[in-house]
Amino acid sequence: MNKAARIWAALAAPGAFWLLFFFAVPFYAVACVAFGSVDPIFRDAIPQWNPLNWSFGEFNAVFSSVTSGPLRGVFARTIVYVISAMIICFAIGFPVAYYLARHAGKRRMLLLLLIIAPFWVNYLMRMLAWVNLLSPSGLFSRFVGIFGVQYNWLDGSPITVILGLVYGYIPFLILPLYATLERLDWRLVEAARDLGATSRQAFRVVTVPMAKAGVAAAAILIALPMFGDYYTNDLLSRSPKTEMLGNQIDFYINNSSQPQRGAVLVIMLSTLLLVALSWYLRSTSRIGKERVR
Amino acid sequence: MTSISTRRIKALPIIIWGYIAWSLVPVLIAVAYSFNDGRSRTVWKGFSFRWWFGDKYASVFHDDSMRQAIVNSLVLATTTMLIVTPLGLALAIGSHRLRGKSATAVQGMTSIPLITPEIVVGAALLLTFTRLFSGIPLGFPAQLLGNVTFSISAVVVIVRARLVSIGSSFEEAARDLGATRLQALRYVLMPMLWPSIVASFVVVFATVIDDFVITSFLSAGVESETVPLRIYSSVKGGATPALNALATLLVATTFTALTIGVFGLSFWRKRHGETGGFKSALADLTRMGE
Repeated sequence: MNKAARIWAALAAPGAFWLLFFFAVPFYAVACVAFGSVDPIFRDAIPQWNPLNWSFGEFNAVFSSVTSGPLRGVFARTIVYVISAMIICFAIGFPVAYYLARHAGKRRMLLLLLIIAPFWVNYLMRMLAWVNLLSPSGLFSRFVGIFGVQYNWLDGSPITVILGLVYGYIPFLILPLYATLERLDWRLVEAARDLGATSRQAFRVVTVPMAKAGVAAAAILIALPMFGDYYTNDLLSRSPKTEMLGNQIDFYINNSSQPQRGAVLVIMLSTLLLVALSWYLRSTSRIGKERVR
Repeated sequence: MTSISTRRIKALPIIIWGYIAWSLVPVLIAVAYSFNDGRSRTVWKGFSFRWWFGDKYASVFHDDSMRQAIVNSLVLATTTMLIVTPLGLALAIGSHRLRGKSATAVQGMTSIPLITPEIVVGAALLLTFTRLFSGIPLGFPAQLLGNVTFSISAVVVIVRARLVSIGSSFEEAARDLGATRLQALRYVLMPMLWPSIVASFVVVFATVIDDFVITSFLSAGVESETVPLRIYSSVKGGATPALNALATLLVATTFTALTIGVFGLSFWRKRHGETGGFKSALADLTRMGE
């Protein structure tokens, strides 16, 4: 190693070791708890630090619960809620980002500031705001009550939870989406229009392929935390009827004497997300290749 | 342009203003109700500062547990910011210059926290601190380590973007004029990195003061309760508008930090003849460049 490389390695070392100790090792610890054993008297999880002695009893039990037991509903619900929330996020977020990037004109700076603002309003404050509005005496409930709508929004309503997820995560979608759309070369769209494409054709043939990678990245950026969300659900519903995977993890890790089950669920969640992520990475590298061609 | 697409574009401002109203009005209503004279967070009884400081026991500035939560939040965010910024700065410079396998490994490891859901990190750290590194007690020490771990990558991203835009020519010029590598780093590169250091301070402070999941997983009861934790635990009960006031205070703190950051950064850019100004400063703080 030459002198320069030694300087750079010395600079990188503290941060790299920090991540090793407090990020990589904890992942290993999760596996050791998940594949460890349970104290026969205190029922507490005993981690198994040697991978050769890992036992997969609890993992298999959870897995069969996911495929054909009570956890199946939780997994299915998590996926349905996240996908529904993503669709609504895009239906609202794409037009907003598109307008901001292309047609905002002189007002762009003002609009940009107003759209960045919720990004920095604390998540719990935004949920608190809605809990106040949706509670039986809240402004929203009273307003819809005028039209005869009597509905308990905060008691295990899937609609509330899905819209809560949308409300919580949409700022994190709009900004990257806007950044992507703003960087696109819109002259290509104009060229397509000049050459006789209708606006719909130009959108499909030119805009979509150009924006695909950035849009997919933005989608991943909100999908991953949504899959692990539990507090939105807790604040807006706190009912077993709307329970998601994150709630199960929170329960088993924090409030139960079965952290082992929680560790298994953490591994399953990570695996699920890893699959989604590798699908995304493969599709973006394919987009990259297509562009080269 | 055909009439169809013009019509479609005319609908867009309605969507965007509708979105802005939807995203901000509920929050503004919650802020307004912190000035409610009544005990309810939903029924308006007239304007007063009762829940800010009027009530001698239950207002934000008199309730001991709320004051404790505010202090805890500020201490946690400030300490994390001071530890993680140098750590991430050094890591960004080092990993940006390193070549070969170790560089790939380090860069891989710094990008994983960006895509890991907080619940996974929180759960993993809780299991680690209770079963492996049991010398680290839950509460402030564990919360600090957790938040540093989760924020390193953000600092690396911010600093690396700046390193890319600076390029290597300034340091090479310094080297040609006889500076050692360390001198070039200290006297040429470091002064140019200031905007990214300020941006890191602001982003980390704002992220940590708003953090819920990791801080919650690693907390140890009331004495390590931060403002977001306090909001979470009392939203569903019959909390008074003091809770709205507490949340308003949190939002105001974040916005103050960001405003100082944006204006500081655009002032720096102007003084050093860099283009971009306000908009680049804003982009630095929202990490839109990713």
